[in-house]
Parts: sequence; C-alpha cells; structure tokens
Amino acid sequence: MNIVVCVKRVPDSSARIKVGADNKSIDPAGVEYVLNPYDEYAVEEALKLKEKAGAGEVTILALGGPESAETIRKALAMGADKGIHLKEGSQGRDFIATAQAIAAELKGRPLDILLFGNKAIDDDGAQVAAMVATLLGIPFVSTITKLELNGRNATAHRPVEGGVEVVEVALPAAFSAQKGLNEPRFASLKGIMAAKKKPLEEKPAVAGEPRLVLVRLDNPPARPVPRIVGTGKDAVPALIKLLREEAKVI
Amino acid sequence: MPGPVVVFVEQRDGKFKRASFEALSEGRRLATALGVPLHAVTAGEGIADAAKELGQYGADAVKVADHAKLKTYANAAYARIVSRQAGSASAVLMSASALGKDLAGHVAAMLGTSVAQDCTELHVEGGQILAKRPVYAGKAYATLAVNGGPMVATLRPNVFKAAAPDASKTVAVENLPLDARDTDFRAVVKEILASASKKIELTEANVIVSGGRGMKGPENWGLITDLAAALGGAAGASRAVVDAGWRPHEEQVGQTGKTVSPTLYIACGVSGAIQHLAGMSSSKFIVAINKDADAPIFKIANYGIVGDVLEVLPALTAEVKKLRE
Repeated sequence: MNIVVCVKRVPDSSARIKVGADNKSIDPAGVEYVLNPYDEYAVEEALKLKEKAGAGEVTILALGGPESAETIRKALAMGADKGIHLKEGSQGRDFIATAQAIAAELKGRPLDILLFGNKAIDDDGAQVAAMVATLLGIPFVSTITKLELNGRNATAHRPVEGGVEVVEVALPAAFSAQKGLNEPRFASLKGIMAAKKKPLEEKPAVAGEPRLVLVRLDNPPARPVPRIVGTGKDAVPALIKLLREEAKVI
Repeated sequence: MPGPVVVFVEQRDGKFKRASFEALSEGRRLATALGVPLHAVTAGEGIADAAKELGQYGADAVKVADHAKLKTYANAAYARIVSRQAGSASAVLMSASALGKDLAGHVAAMLGTSVAQDCTELHVEGGQILAKRPVYAGKAYATLAVNGGPMVATLRPNVFKAAAPDASKTVAVENLPLDARDTDFRAVVKEILASASKKIELTEANVIVSGGRGMKGPENWGLITDLAAALGGAAGASRAVVDAGWRPHEEQVGQTGKTVSPTLYIACGVSGAIQHLAGMSSSKFIVAINKDADAPIFKIANYGIVGDVLEVLPALTAEVKKLRE
C-alpha cells in the first residue's frame, strides 16, 4: 500500500503573530515553527494503516523553503519511510499554485491513499487537499474523524453541522484529517535517530499559476477597551444591564 | 462585459440554510456594485419548488440541479454543476460551512483558480472584488484580489447580514441537467448520523458560552449548557478542557478547533491562551468570567467579572431566565 502524506511547516499555535512593516508578511522575530498539528493526525493515520496492512510505504511530502526539511524529518521520526521536499523559491503561492506543484509531483506515482491535515493553521485554507484530489482525478473526503479500509474501498466519518456523514469511497482516494481521528504518537529517540538516515529527496517545486494576489496583511481590528464590571456573583445584575442596554444582545 | 455573481445555495432535507441566505444577500450587494446579475445555483432532490424562494433574496436567475443522485452531498458532482455555471462569472460565493469549505476547493480546481476562504468582508473597489479573510485563526487579516477568472470565496457564517425576503419577487426556476460524470460519484454519503441532541452548531451560533479549566471538572458542565440553553446558544470549550477529555473535540474553540464569530461570547473559567483568543476574538461582544484578574481573556473582553465561575454562572443563568419569562 502506497500512502503519501502532505505536511506543512507553520508557526506554533502559541506564537504571537505581528504583521511586518511591509504589510505583506508576518514579522518572523520570536516565531517558532512546528509540523502543522492537523498534519500529525494525517501522519499517525498513515502509520496505523501501514501497520494494519502489514506492508506498504509512507511517503512524506512538503512544499516549502529549506527549513521544511526539518518538518519532514519530524514525520519520518514518527515512523514514515521517506520524504520528498519540493523546494520553494521566493515567489508567492496561493492554494491552487500549491496544489498544482503537489499534483505535478504525485501524477504518475503509485498511490493508494493520500492524506492531508484538515487545514494548515497559518493560512487556514482547508482548500489544497480538495484541489490536489481534483487535479489528480481521485475522490476526496475532507475533515475525517474515522477511516476504515475494506479492500479497495474505504468508509470515512465526516462531521457536519448537526451530524456525521458516513462517506464511502473507492481507492485511490484522498482524505484530510480532523482532530479526533487518532492520537498522534510521539517520536521516540530511536525514531529521531533513524529519521536522519531515511531517504529525503529534494527537487524544485513547479511554479504553478497563482490567481489570488495578496493586496495587504493587517493586524486584527483593535478590541474595545475592556471593562471589569465587578467581582463575584454580585456583579451579575450590572452585567445583565450592560448586555441589555449597551450591547443590546440579550 | 463581466459575468454574473454566482451563489451556491446549500440545503439539507429540502431546507435552505440561513448561512446561504447570508451569502445570497452579500452576492446581491456585490452584483449591484459590479452592475452584473446575481445567479443562485442549488442542488438536491425534490427542491425545484422550494427553490422559487431564492428569488426573494435578490437572485435574478435561479438554477436548480434536481436529481435523486444529488440528494446527499457528492462533492465532485456538486462542483461539476457549480463550475459549469461559473466559467464566465465575476464571483462564485458560498457559505464557509462544512459543505461549502469542501465544495469550494473542488469548484476552484475545476476552474483553475484559488479560493478566498472564510471571508469576513467583501467589497468592490475600482470594479475589482477585494476579499478580506482572517489568517492565523484571526491573528492577522489578509486582503486578496483575483488575477483573472472569478473570485471564488466562502463566507464565514454569522458575519454577513441576510436581507429580509421580498415576497413580491418571483423568478422563474431553470432546471439544470445532471451533467456530472460517473467518476464524480466515487465519494458518496451513505448516511448521516444525526447528533443525539439538537445542538446548535458552534460556527452558526449567535451566542456561545464556553468553558475552560476554571470549570474544575466535567461534572460542572451543566452550568455551561444551562446558560447556553437559556440564551438559545451553543456550548464551547477550551483546548485544555478537550485535551483533558472533559468535552468532545467538536466543541473546541481556538486555532486548532473552531474559529467563531458570534454576537456574544461568554468565556467561563477560560484563561485566554493565545490559540484560544485567536479562535474567538472576532466575536462582537465578549464577556469573561474568571477568578484571576490578570487572565489574558480580560484584555479582549468587553465586560469582565472577576470571580469563581461556579458561583457566578448559576446567578447569571437565573437572571437570564427571569428575563425570558
């Protein structure tokens, strides 16, 4: 079974994000980067599927600058077999151009299951997976919390407003992993050492044809000046009055 | 001559979603600003009659793909239908619902374009559509323009205003053929397991009452759900609480959970970790109840009460119930 997991290097969720002076990028000072948390679920699911099948290969694919190699090694340390690093130049890239580069790499490769995180926590897109699947001509199920294989078919659970869709799909297929799918394992020391020797292929990413142009990046609008209404349950009537008469929300 | 603004309208069990009316109303505004018609497109089974209603929200044309195979969501097939209506469009809009977020990427890839996802503002400047959307879960906002082709955008629920329907308006409904390919039905929804409770979805809720570590334990969660119920809202949770197993994943608010923009967000015993604040700081009014006066949540709250949530919450719920009587 050939499984490919697409991962991304993103600022940690505890990072303070400040817009840079150019109003086009974030100020990198003090920002720590991690393997996108949703991608960890995707990597874990791939490893579980391979373990259950008793055979197969898990390939980690990342598109990004030189530092993305480190992110791929993290997934390799969890137990994946090899990595592909699509090296990025300095050009801007929107979701479709990202998808085009990934699809160009995957086209023609043996592939049974393609996994993504539900979204990257930097650009909050949740779009690239559907685009890659469409470009490759394979079916896609997003934001899954359960995946079961049954020969060349799979059943996935996909939470939607007010319920869970049970989706049946024929392989090869793509999925994006939602929190709740599994508990990602920690890389063991042995895994970290082994990851250093695993094959990691580097190649330039295909440029693609971006369509969305970033006009500007702004800090969020300022919140109104906060007000402490009072202390303890005695403050409740004053709060109710403000919510009714000032905010007019209850 | 620029093409129409196309809005995909979502239905479940033949009922159109409120968030889609928000998208239609915003579509009307954009279409008027651009001087182009507004087209509503929808898909499902047995909905042709109900679709007449969409004209009341300002659509100049209503197009319906009505077929047994479209009863439940089939992403590639729905995308095929929408993309065929959108080749020359100025914009393709839909709600950033579970369905819309999934559909948009398929539609955009079929059109060879990208998606402005989860937008909170759209406007027309010099004949061009600009889309504003939160990134880093709202720690920053990106403004995007499209360079050729339609602006495909999903709209965050609860942010755009749905206009009141105008019952005097009637528009003929055009039936679309099912011109999807067989391969578009490889991912098929076999069934929908309905939630046991009739919970209000976090991302669609007008009011959210959210609990954190200060709730002390899952046994106190009734205090959260009581207030949420009294306000007609939804219950949320912090990551710490979800990771501790007190509450299910789908209730998590924050950068690795749901990003929400309700009118009123009441944070109860939530300290306000950066990743939580990112997920809810675009709420219109924020109330914080926390016994630690230095908790970061108070920095972004409109109104704060310093105190033990376990004491404040019952008092607050009782007052709200009194108002509702």
